[in-house]
Amino acid sequence: MSPLLEVNNLTTSFPGAFGEIPVVDDVSFSIDPGEVLALVGESGCGKSMTALSILRLIPKPGQIKNGEILMAGRDIRGLSIPEIRGLRGHEISMIFQEPMTSLNPVVTVGKQVVEAIQLHERVDRAAARARTVELFERVGIPDASDRFDVYPHQLSGGLKQRVMIAMALSTRPKLLIADEPTTALDVTIQAQILGLLRDLQAETGMSILLITHDLGVVNELADRVAVMYAGRIVESGDRRELLLAPGHPYTEGLLKSNPALAQPGQPLPEIAGVVPPPSEWPAGCRFANRCTRAFDVCERDVPVRSQITPTQYACCHAVAKEQRGG
Amino acid sequence: MADQPNEALLRVEDLRTWYPIKTGLLRKTVGHVKAVDGVSLEIEAGKTLALVGESGCGKTTAGRSILCLENPHAGAVWYEGTNLLSLSRKELHPYRQKLQFVFQDPMASLDPRMRVREIIAEGMKSFGIGKTQQERTARVGQLLERVQLNPNHMWRYPHEFSGGQRQRIGIARALATEPKLLICDEAVSALDVSIQAQILNLLRDLQEELGLAYLFITHDLGVVKYLAHDVAVMYLGRVVESGKTERIFDSPQHPYTKGLLAAIPSVDPDRRTEAPPVTGDVPSPSDPPPGCHFHTRCPVAFDRCSQETPELAPFAAATGVGERSRCFLTQDD
Repeated sequence: MSPLLEVNNLTTSFPGAFGEIPVVDDVSFSIDPGEVLALVGESGCGKSMTALSILRLIPKPGQIKNGEILMAGRDIRGLSIPEIRGLRGHEISMIFQEPMTSLNPVVTVGKQVVEAIQLHERVDRAAARARTVELFERVGIPDASDRFDVYPHQLSGGLKQRVMIAMALSTRPKLLIADEPTTALDVTIQAQILGLLRDLQAETGMSILLITHDLGVVNELADRVAVMYAGRIVESGDRRELLLAPGHPYTEGLLKSNPALAQPGQPLPEIAGVVPPPSEWPAGCRFANRCTRAFDVCERDVPVRSQITPTQYACCHAVAKEQRGG
Repeated sequence: MADQPNEALLRVEDLRTWYPIKTGLLRKTVGHVKAVDGVSLEIEAGKTLALVGESGCGKTTAGRSILCLENPHAGAVWYEGTNLLSLSRKELHPYRQKLQFVFQDPMASLDPRMRVREIIAEGMKSFGIGKTQQERTARVGQLLERVQLNPNHMWRYPHEFSGGQRQRIGIARALATEPKLLICDEAVSALDVSIQAQILNLLRDLQEELGLAYLFITHDLGVVKYLAHDVAVMYLGRVVESGKTERIFDSPQHPYTKGLLAAIPSVDPDRRTEAPPVTGDVPSPSDPPPGCHFHTRCPVAFDRCSQETPELAPFAAATGVGERSRCFLTQDD
């Protein structure tokens, strides 16, 4: 099966005072049809910039410097503006963290979805309206036909996110990019939205690129995981193997610093130091100065992929050394 | 009610903070938003009580009301035998030294035009801690060291620090007045998980060293499990369950607590949530449902739940003091 989306050696950079700063640095991954891939990392690791690169929505003056982004075999970088507009929404849709800021406050929610449908397809208003109500019902908005005519501020955060999902799915995309879709929501509402996304994925067979900082959300939704740190993917693997046996010390640190897993009476294992800003990213392995397993090579050479299982790899000198039996 | 039998450092009794809804030309009061509508809790010296709930449940208003930053209209807040709500502004002042606040967003709570030294020393000056400028400066240095910051950075401004460092400054500021109780309102919620772990460990070390009590207001049950000795769960202005942390996590009584715990996404790959444990949306606090506030979303609600309001009372299987639930099904009558 050929992948739906293939990202190879993507580098996206912003101009800085002393030359270009690559906020996404040589990132490669792929998503198969019907697969849910989670891109995990802390704030500033480049996960959202990776997603925006795929849609060619990077804010100026940032730009894609290198690499290719193949959507069903076609390189997105070479598309003209009308072509990329046809791709956005039609083949790839996106939902954001803040449903309030992504909905227009002065247009009723129903009209906004109708607008999205009519932008991509030749259908009359009545048909678009009927489809919107159907979508609202499908995403679990109670009294769907009454809610067609309400404004975003009249809805709760959870309902607004449901409207966003309805809008994103209105054009039946092949790939849904979900950027922290539940971060702004309460935990009971989060569980509802994650369940909804899982059901919709199974029903439509679409692929999802899930962007999150929360490994619990990853476990609920993802098939496969890629962990990002300081602009690079440091580890990737199936959900099960990565959560059960993380290879990279950063992934391990993220998992262990989850307070819900703390042992009673024991201090919480923490990752020392802070994530450096992009202008101060160190040479070699960027995690080396916070890593408990670092040795001399780590600060000098960029680690390459060490395959742990056929589906899991980590970019780590310590893992490579272990495999060499050193 | 002049004195109270006391082992708790702070005891809150049936606290109510309502906001009037005013409308029309004459600003007539047509109703109330009952943000806090019956909160009772106890905090022992040197212990942590977590006040847990989802957004809009009134947990922040409850915390602010305890410090008299809001005007509660009923209830009592007993601190070492004194009801804080009965005091005048002037009488309250000395108590503010002992009860300090740590806010969620350290950027918004630190004055951007003040240097870190001024931010931390302001409270000391107000309560007469440190006689001279030099004494206070020395103490600011010690406090910064205690929260693992470089004391030489006291001459910098808040924007020069990262989020985690700013939260450390917020903690140093609160500690400057030698408090006995810190009210931490979502103090680690805005931080990345690796930084969050650092701040949680710092808070726990400080508690052991200084015998501080914490009222930890949060929506994050993972944090609660790590830090809290006792838990009070809030839903729409009311405490619906309270008790020891271990007991709450092992055998939650109230259907809302059960749902809340089941909704936490687990990182155990063998455990995925099958169906959302709580359906529906949180009703508006300006128009809460009658009877038990949770009955509209409760999977086990029956007729009585929408007609009568259950009391927060010891539940049938309760073993200790303070083990209470607000549900007809868990109480014998």
